[in-house]
Amino acid sequence: MNEPAVPLLEFRGVNTHYGAVHILKDVDLEIFPGELVCLLGGNASGKSTTLKTLLGMVTPTTGEVVLDGEVVTHQSTSYRVERGVTMVPENRRLFKRLSVRENLELGAYLRTDRDGITNDLERIFELFPRVKERINQKSGTLSGGEQQMVAMGRALMSNPRVLLMDEPSMGLAPALVQANFELIQQIHEEGVAIFVVEQNANMALSIADRGWVLQTGRVVLDDSAEALLANPDLRASYLGEAG
Amino acid sequence: MTATSANPSMVETPGVAWRKQIRFALIGALSSVFIALAGMPVGLDGRSIIQPVLSMGFLSLLWVPFVMATLAGSEVVLEGMTARTRDSRDLLAGGIIGLGSAGGLVLLMVLIQNFNLRDPLVNWSPQLLNLLSFNRSLGVGALLWLLLGLILGVLGAAMHVLPKKLCSRIRTVVLSVLAVSVLETFLTDLLEGFGLEALTDFVYYKRGGLEVGGALLVAALALIIPLLVGTRIKDVKEQVVGLPAEERKRVNLILLAVSAALLLVLPFFLGKIANELLANVGLFVLLALGLNVVVGLAGILDLGYVAFFAVGGYTTAVLTSPNSPGFSPELPWPIALIVVVVITGIVGLFIGAPVIRMRGDYLAIVTLGFGEIIRLLFLSDWLSGWFGGAQGITNIPGVEVGIGTVKGTDPRSVFLLVLVFCAIAIYVSWRLENSRLGRAWMAIREDEDVAEAMGVNTTNTKLMAFVVGAVLASFSGAIFSAKVGSIFPTSFLMLVSIIILVVVIVGGMGNIAGVIVGALVLIGVLGGPKQPGLLQEFSQFKLLIYGALLVWMMLKRPEGLVPNVRRTRELHQEEFLQDAWLKGEIDTDDQEDLQ
Repeated sequence: MNEPAVPLLEFRGVNTHYGAVHILKDVDLEIFPGELVCLLGGNASGKSTTLKTLLGMVTPTTGEVVLDGEVVTHQSTSYRVERGVTMVPENRRLFKRLSVRENLELGAYLRTDRDGITNDLERIFELFPRVKERINQKSGTLSGGEQQMVAMGRALMSNPRVLLMDEPSMGLAPALVQANFELIQQIHEEGVAIFVVEQNANMALSIADRGWVLQTGRVVLDDSAEALLANPDLRASYLGEAG
Repeated sequence: MTATSANPSMVETPGVAWRKQIRFALIGALSSVFIALAGMPVGLDGRSIIQPVLSMGFLSLLWVPFVMATLAGSEVVLEGMTARTRDSRDLLAGGIIGLGSAGGLVLLMVLIQNFNLRDPLVNWSPQLLNLLSFNRSLGVGALLWLLLGLILGVLGAAMHVLPKKLCSRIRTVVLSVLAVSVLETFLTDLLEGFGLEALTDFVYYKRGGLEVGGALLVAALALIIPLLVGTRIKDVKEQVVGLPAEERKRVNLILLAVSAALLLVLPFFLGKIANELLANVGLFVLLALGLNVVVGLAGILDLGYVAFFAVGGYTTAVLTSPNSPGFSPELPWPIALIVVVVITGIVGLFIGAPVIRMRGDYLAIVTLGFGEIIRLLFLSDWLSGWFGGAQGITNIPGVEVGIGTVKGTDPRSVFLLVLVFCAIAIYVSWRLENSRLGRAWMAIREDEDVAEAMGVNTTNTKLMAFVVGAVLASFSGAIFSAKVGSIFPTSFLMLVSIIILVVVIVGGMGNIAGVIVGALVLIGVLGGPKQPGLLQEFSQFKLLIYGALLVWMMLKRPEGLVPNVRRTRELHQEEFLQDAWLKGEIDTDDQEDLQ
């Protein structure tokens, strides 16, 4: 792998607290442009907090969040979204009572370049022809798979450089999970860096380049996807194989 | 599949659901007794609908068997089934419901005669008994009620048996007669303005209510006019819809201009009462439009909205009145208004800043608290040097405009002023709804966290909703101040907040036209917290009716009287969707979706 020197998004010794509870403990992460990386961990391991901290909805108590070489620890979410970080939230969470078009337009909320927005809309229609068919429908009436497409489309509308995905397989039927990960790869091939947070370690590692394993707020493993897949400890704890 | 009624494979909906009919008969009986004991028949007897046949008091009981029978008779035809043909058994069911409802009253009459429960039940009175027995003996009264109940119940059920067209005719006639009677004050006022007193004298009885002849005339007109007009209105409508977009826009503009012109001319043909009424409606339209931004668009349930109305009113009073106790610059109203808008906006920021950190129930409770705090501050001794405490501020001058003065003694001028501000508020609301800011509000209403993740600055956006709402309320407060001429803390009770909220909900949340209709119906007909409506006799039952209406709306028409196209889709599809979701039909059956 010939990674460029500057990571796109980086955690440097991040610690976060909710009240007195210590959540993330000295977490270091770096995501390079165009990479597909994953963060694995069980319940309450700090996965969601990691995402919220990356996006600026939680401020770390110590440590730094760096976006493209710039320290953004205390910058707002909108500041980071403007500079190319976007999230596809867990369970899709569309604006259910708004139309598909309105959902997509809200994805481009901070953008002012009308031409760029129109182009991206076309790009999303190409990527998901189904979305185009449903464009004026209320998004809450779509099927689960269609909602997932709109959720990804909405995130892509901000023209992100790095896409944060919170549990993309959550709440989807097994066949949809597979298809969903294919979609993620497809987006990845367009050059967007993707950071997947997952419990479904097998699926995530099968598409990722690298991965971290988070346990009670601490990074316990940091390796390439193949190595992680082969790691006996991980197999024991996350891939559901005894011993 | 081609669905025809002759198709033998179709399953017919099963016959009369007798259990349901019995349940409705009991509900009818309970409602009748409740209405009687709430005092409506006696309290509303003074207002006649058709002199001397029907009074509002009797109407408050007579609708029960009819409506219950109609409701019990309506059936949901499931997909894949055909509606069954109705027969005499349906009429029988209606009759039973009618008898049941009347039976409740008869039982009540017997109980009133034999027991005295006046202590807990204020309306347990001989007066009620007299009214219920038509001033005759108990036996005659009971028989008459049972007969009436039977007839009305059968009629109610007949609404499903008779051909649809006939039913809608009957409905038009009955509703027109009721409407003409309810709108009496307004119509007499209007017709007098056109110099048609002779007509009103013929239609209306001198001391209120329709004459029998008048009622017949109205009924006849309601029958004939639809026949004459026929489908013409529909045709024109279709023609307009069929026009190319540009021309349709022009037609809409012309329509808008014509109705605006009519509204501007209208006050000159109306007398004092009608103008006063419309001015009150206008004040509430302003308030409701403001709250609609906060609740309907941004989804922030503000139960203390009256605070901004109060701040607007008091600021105007302080700035314009010579009697203002602390500081009395006696500014002219238009200049004061600018200061009022700025100050209310700042108050909106100050109240909003702590409040928007909360969500859901907590937010509602905190806003409720702030609403009361503001009122108590105006009432307090501590600030009485500025706001006069319980004595309030009096002698607030009217609004000087070039041609004259707008003040409470001249309701026409007030209405015109309110109209101008309503136009501004409607335009602002409409533009906001379709703006980037409006979109951000809706996103926050739907899912605040995700809106934030999309880059919406939720704090500022929510604060903006608060400020816009506050400014619209301050317009209303400023006009209110100048209209009434004096201002007291008692004008700003929590009840006002609740009523504005009810106007928004009943009219249709997030919908400008709905808010206006809501204000017309609730404030115009039933009356505001202190302002009498067309049905002045209703004032003691106003809150009861508000409450009943609210419950009914939430159950049957959550989208409001004038549904927003978008919201209707939302609310009714959600029900089906939830079911489908629970059964797992949506998430699991769509594996082909991603291919």
